[in-house]
Amino acid sequence: MDLQTLWFVAVAVLWTGFLLLEGFDFGVAALLPVLGRKPADRHLMLRTIGPLWDGNEVWLVTAVGATFAAFPGWYATWLPAMYLPFVLVLVGLIVRAVAFEWRHSSHDERWDATWTRVITTGSLIASAGLGAALGATTLGLPIGADGVRVGGAFSGWSWPALLGAVAVLAWSTVHGAVFLSLKTDGELRHRARAFALRLVPVAALPVLAWAALVWLRSGTVVTAVTLLVAAGAVVVTWARLAAGREGQAFTAWAMVLLASMATVFGSAFPVVLPSTIDPAFDVLVSTASVSDYTLTVMTWVAAFGLPVVLGYQAWTYWVFRQRLVAEPVHEEPADEEEVPA
Amino acid sequence: MDVLEIARWQFGITTVYHFLMVPLTIGLGLLVAVMHTMWVRTGKAEWLRMTRFWGRIYLINFVLGVATGLVQEFQFGLAWSSYSRFVGDVFGSVLALEALLAFFLESTFLGLWIFGWGRIPKKLHLASLWAAVVGSVISAYFIIAANSWMQHPVGVVLDTSSGEPRARQVDFLAVLTNNTALAAFSHAIVASLMVAGGLLVGIGLWHLRKRALAGRSTEEVDHQVWRRSVRVGGYVSLAAFALVALTGDWQGKLMYQQQPLKMSSAEALCETEAPASFSIFAFNKLGSNECDDVHSFTVPYILSFLAHSDFSSPVPGVNDLQEQYAEAYGATYPDDPSFGDKAGEPIDYTPVLAVTYWGFRLMIGMGAVSAGVAAYALWATRRGRVPTSTVGVYGSLLAVGAPFVGNAAGWIFTEMGRQPFVVYPNPDVPRADQVYFFTAQAVSPGISAAEVWTSLISLGVLYGVLAVIEFGLIVRFARAGVTEGDTTPTPGIGGGSSHRDGDEPPRADDDASDDVLQFAY
Ligand code: HDD
Ligand code: HEM
Ligand code: HEM
Repeated sequence: MDLQTLWFVAVAVLWTGFLLLEGFDFGVAALLPVLGRKPADRHLMLRTIGPLWDGNEVWLVTAVGATFAAFPGWYATWLPAMYLPFVLVLVGLIVRAVAFEWRHSSHDERWDATWTRVITTGSLIASAGLGAALGATTLGLPIGADGVRVGGAFSGWSWPALLGAVAVLAWSTVHGAVFLSLKTDGELRHRARAFALRLVPVAALPVLAWAALVWLRSGTVVTAVTLLVAAGAVVVTWARLAAGREGQAFTAWAMVLLASMATVFGSAFPVVLPSTIDPAFDVLVSTASVSDYTLTVMTWVAAFGLPVVLGYQAWTYWVFRQRLVAEPVHEEPADEEEVPA
Repeated sequence: MDVLEIARWQFGITTVYHFLMVPLTIGLGLLVAVMHTMWVRTGKAEWLRMTRFWGRIYLINFVLGVATGLVQEFQFGLAWSSYSRFVGDVFGSVLALEALLAFFLESTFLGLWIFGWGRIPKKLHLASLWAAVVGSVISAYFIIAANSWMQHPVGVVLDTSSGEPRARQVDFLAVLTNNTALAAFSHAIVASLMVAGGLLVGIGLWHLRKRALAGRSTEEVDHQVWRRSVRVGGYVSLAAFALVALTGDWQGKLMYQQQPLKMSSAEALCETEAPASFSIFAFNKLGSNECDDVHSFTVPYILSFLAHSDFSSPVPGVNDLQEQYAEAYGATYPDDPSFGDKAGEPIDYTPVLAVTYWGFRLMIGMGAVSAGVAAYALWATRRGRVPTSTVGVYGSLLAVGAPFVGNAAGWIFTEMGRQPFVVYPNPDVPRADQVYFFTAQAVSPGISAAEVWTSLISLGVLYGVLAVIEFGLIVRFARAGVTEGDTTPTPGIGGGSSHRDGDEPPRADDDASDDVLQFAY
């Protein structure tokens, strides 16, 4: 595998890793008004993602950074073409981040409720917006010669973007529910599992449709297999949830995303951004990439840095692995204690 | 306004805003890590409370730093895509490595520190804070290396093979060891310590005075907390000011070799002088950007010394330099669509004189104010004294803002001083091989002014609202201080039931575990 291909894989892995990890905190946030009936429930739900969301978000920063670093031609075509959606994403991510922190700064219930709503809204906007951006970059944007968008500010707001947005929203919502059933105990755990069980079949459709469309455009035998794996994983998720095996269901649902993204990126290669105007204007791995020298340097640094990062991030997941339960009666709002998993 | 101008305002506003949080994150992070270390080593209650109190402020601020930093990561692509294409081979890799090597470290270990109280071994818990703080410092290094490369591009060649000129990286180590970067990094780190020191002094003095007026005993732990904060903050500020001057002098000397126009503009030095004098105060029409309209009070010889370490060397003036640059890089922008509205227009190589001149003085002046306050605080608290002077204490509280202003002024000077270039030509490289880029050609083609207005307004309004809330929260939290009236000598024993502020390390198995949440998220 040449360096450009290697970095295409790396960038695809980073975006997928971001969806996989930030997906459950997006999902938990989206479910706050649905599954969090009492303040204590919402408190508990937020507690499951509290130590993890910031580390997850760095996957996004790294994905964007690596896209820029390895394929400036892609970064510099994609971002301005989706200017407004990306700005919305930024606004969503900003308000969400500060809300996580600020809701604890007062013991006023209204204050808490307001910021909890901000977390939900911000997460919905951010996940939909990033889904739209990913959908558009794999299914096509109106890119003209010189990598410049044609047709004005809203020309990128098309059905591929919509499909991507729905796919990421739906997949992360279920991911969040399965995660909750895995990380909490008591009533919330059961409610989360029941919710996931009901939604799995529907929620898998948009992400499978996205993968199937990219495959139809430029799929290979290998990506046909990954597409089938993705579909199969949906069935497994459903069966394992029904059997009450949350851990296995979580893995299977993660597999739905991994296999779908493998299909999407694997089929799209070597095109990183197809033009809907003329295939001659497609942005390619070869035309978008930096020099081999720079790729070599980055490969060496990543080869040493990445295992270390993965190691300590996995370790924090291990440290915070316990299930959380809300304490039934207590005069303070929502104290919790941990029970071993 | 055209896209270029709106985009510049947007970049300036969002970056200056980001850099209000950044120096506090770096400076206070280092100090909190030291406090925590002291607690682990001595077991003294006041160190623990200092860690909890200042740590909380550090965290409130940190989150806003993360939130606004995200915007930065996207901005180069959104509004500056031509720039991103041109510099991608160098600039992107530095950003990506920053994320990989620094941001993961910061965010992962900070989460561990916040939620690890009482849950992981004490030393490991301390080490996770240090890891996060080291992450911040590494991040500062990478991003400043990226910025310094724009100020003084090294390790690259001009690649015209694809038809469009691009910077191509040939020496990554040269980019990381750029002397501009080494100087700017050390300067920015010590300037961050000034921010943290000023905060400790201002808030500490305020609490000391309040306690004294309320007749509280100086035997209480809380008294120790504030007193020690003032002393630590005062010494840190003074030492950092000395280092800021030292590293700033280093930067100034480099600047005379690398960007002479910036330094001469900062001095409003119109004509070449030998020996050159240092301007203290300028009057007349600085705003007209006609150098000859400016008159100033000067101190002879000093500028020669600042530039070359002797008292006689000539220092080139703005008028001469402007001519030299026009000769080398053209008197007008090329008549090419990539320059937008600027195509064919004359180029002004002199940065906005008022900004560079006053930016430079504001930076140094605000640092001097802060150092003066630190000296006052150390003197007023000597040998156990407690200052109750309203002017002194409230003045110090007000001066908490000074190093923030100083930092912003420094950056605005640095960034606006390099105009009209976004990548400044490196004078050590032969003219034909130089890698440089005009700001006018850097902006994204194809985006509309309406789009950039939308982002500028929405981010601007959002940032404004966040600033108000954030400031309110920090003020309220700082006012409340450490837990009132608690004199428990050792944490975790007795008397802790009424706290909501949490200055005891919670254990996972008792009521206090809710403290973890109080502490942060
Ligand atoms: C001198 C230091 C410095 C400077 C000049 C900048 N930053 Fe910054 N940045 C930091 C020092 C820092 C930090 C101290 O590491 C922060 C502040 C708060 C934090 O969480 O980390 C941070 C946060 C931060 C984040 C969020 C990281 C996360 O999610 O944890 C991003 C994406 C950036 N920055 C990117 C940038 C870019 C693209 C800049 C250039 C325009 C920039 N920063 C200027
Ligand atoms: C260290 C990382 C930084 C990088 C890579 C960087 C990069 C840039 C870029 C690409 C521009 C837009 C082009 C231009 O207008 O010349 C810019 C402009 C600007 N930056 Fe920076 N910057 C950095 C740090 C900062 C900081 C920390 C501040 C202030 C606190 C700052 C203040 C500004 C201002 C005020 C402008 C607008 C200047 C103008 O348009 O005249 N920059 N910078
Ligand atoms: C006492 C004497 C000081 C001197 C001689 C000095 C000198 C300088 C110089 C020459 C630059 C421009 C570097 C460039 O454009 O490449 C600079 C930038 C800067 N200064 Fe200072 N400075 C001083 C004090 C301060 C203080 C007190 C602060 C903040 C509290 C500060 C914060 C900054 C910052 C943030 C920058 C921009 C980033 C950088 O290039 O490091 N400086 N300073």
